[in-house]
Amino acid sequence: MRRAATILRLAALGLLLAFLLVPQRFAPLFAPLTAGGAPAIYDQGNLWTLALSHLATVLAACVGSIVIAVALGILVTRPGGQEFLPLSRAVVNFGQTFPPVAVLALAVPLVGFGEKPTLIALFLYGLLPIFENTVVGLRTCPATVLEAASGMGMSARQKLVSVELPLAMPLILEGVRISLVINIGTATLGSTVAAKGLGEVIIAGLLSSNMAFVLQGGLATGLMAVLLYDGVAALERRLCRTARID
Amino acid sequence: MIVIESLTKRYESMTAVDDVSMVVERNSITVVVGTSGSGKSTLLRMINRLIEPTSGRVLIDGRDTESEAGHVLRRRIGYVIQGHGLFPHRTVAENIGTVPRLLGWEESRIRTRTAQLLGALQLDPGQYSEKYPHQLSGGQQQRVGVARALAAEPAVLLMDEPFGALDPIIREKAQDDLLDIQRKFGTTIVLVTHDIDEAFRLGDRVAVMSAGRLIQYDRPEVLVTRPADALVARMTGSAERAMRLLSLTTAGEAALPWSACEAAADGVVVPTSASLREVLSELLWRGSECATVLDADGTPCGRLTVASIMARGRPS
Repeated sequence: MRRAATILRLAALGLLLAFLLVPQRFAPLFAPLTAGGAPAIYDQGNLWTLALSHLATVLAACVGSIVIAVALGILVTRPGGQEFLPLSRAVVNFGQTFPPVAVLALAVPLVGFGEKPTLIALFLYGLLPIFENTVVGLRTCPATVLEAASGMGMSARQKLVSVELPLAMPLILEGVRISLVINIGTATLGSTVAAKGLGEVIIAGLLSSNMAFVLQGGLATGLMAVLLYDGVAALERRLCRTARID
Repeated sequence: MIVIESLTKRYESMTAVDDVSMVVERNSITVVVGTSGSGKSTLLRMINRLIEPTSGRVLIDGRDTESEAGHVLRRRIGYVIQGHGLFPHRTVAENIGTVPRLLGWEESRIRTRTAQLLGALQLDPGQYSEKYPHQLSGGQQQRVGVARALAAEPAVLLMDEPFGALDPIIREKAQDDLLDIQRKFGTTIVLVTHDIDEAFRLGDRVAVMSAGRLIQYDRPEVLVTRPADALVARMTGSAERAMRLLSLTTAGEAALPWSACEAAADGVVVPTSASLREVLSELLWRGSECATVLDADGTPCGRLTVASIMARGRPS
């Protein structure tokens, strides 16, 4: 069962790489979706570089989300920071509920077209899952373990770094995973404000009524999301194996 | 030596520990016993300043515990809690090495110390060092918790209901191990429990607490023969106080000079470490009047008669 899943993953990765590197080979598959001699494969840019910049945008936004969300999560679980919990929660909830499209529309006048508005939208959108999981992870550290840590002479900082964060790590990573997957999809919207990414392919397809473009942009994005999800899940499992709470 | 001077902890609505003063002798086991809410755990945690006292002070070997930062103080004091609190994400060896690492010991010294402690607690270092806590049984986890507390060679070991989570048979073994370890390392131990049997079994001195106050603090036999109040009398069990008294003396301590018992052929033989309570029980069971006491080599070194045991079962 395990092995079959691994083979399936590798096959998906191979398929994605093959499609991005030599897309013309797949032209016969997409040709039936085109009409009037339109191209079957996106020809206004290199799919490989589009995919890479798509991924880069998502990862950069995610790093920002992780730094801020984890820092906030740590702050509100410290004895002195508890009163910031409602405020922090309101901020990250707002980031999640405010539509990314609206964020893009508001950000463009401030920072111009390109990657920047997309980064802002993705950063805000990715905060909530990481923040909530960090808070839960830190709060559910077993009380006896924390008491032992204090009793042995760890300072508050040492306790956080060497006990609380490692124990919360599986949950934090789960938050990162959810955030990443949501944003791989959401990042396609960035192409409406001229950010480089796979959304460009979809939008080009919509503008020229070329379903082949829409489908290949969507499939590539979807495959990327699934593979990332699996990758981070595997990392989580490795961490959980050693950090199992009895 | 730990000197506790008028230690008090007041919370808004209640006083958890009320003006407690006591002296814990070096190289001894002191057991603080009391019902839940008696303030015994609070008292213990004020010794290593996990709880800061409202007033009063604690001196360890003449030095005020307030003279350094709390977490630095705690590195010099071993601490064992109920449910062990081992770090689930760290191996047994890493758990034990926690405090030495905080103190900046060299790795080779930590390794040597870890192996020594595991050996002393009957855990084969080769087999257990790299295991994770969840791979151990409850009794083994508890022993690793004790090893971790002793790792940096603390002069003082504080234990809060350390055996509370163990089943009765393992608990008895763990108590014996603790007595061995105390003898081996000469650690000063303060142990908190609600179990009066445990208190009598382990304590050189027993402190009884109730409602935040120290009711009586003395040798266990004094608690039985001269209880300070009705609570202590009830706790030590007036119905079986004679038996409790017998359980405090070993066969070795009470043995009469050696001469062969009559009916030596099927005579009852007991080790010097057996308590008089156990010897009496054995004599009753076998219908015998006299037991031969054997030393560690198995040679007879004394004898005990029912009459000599009975003499020990009442206040002198």
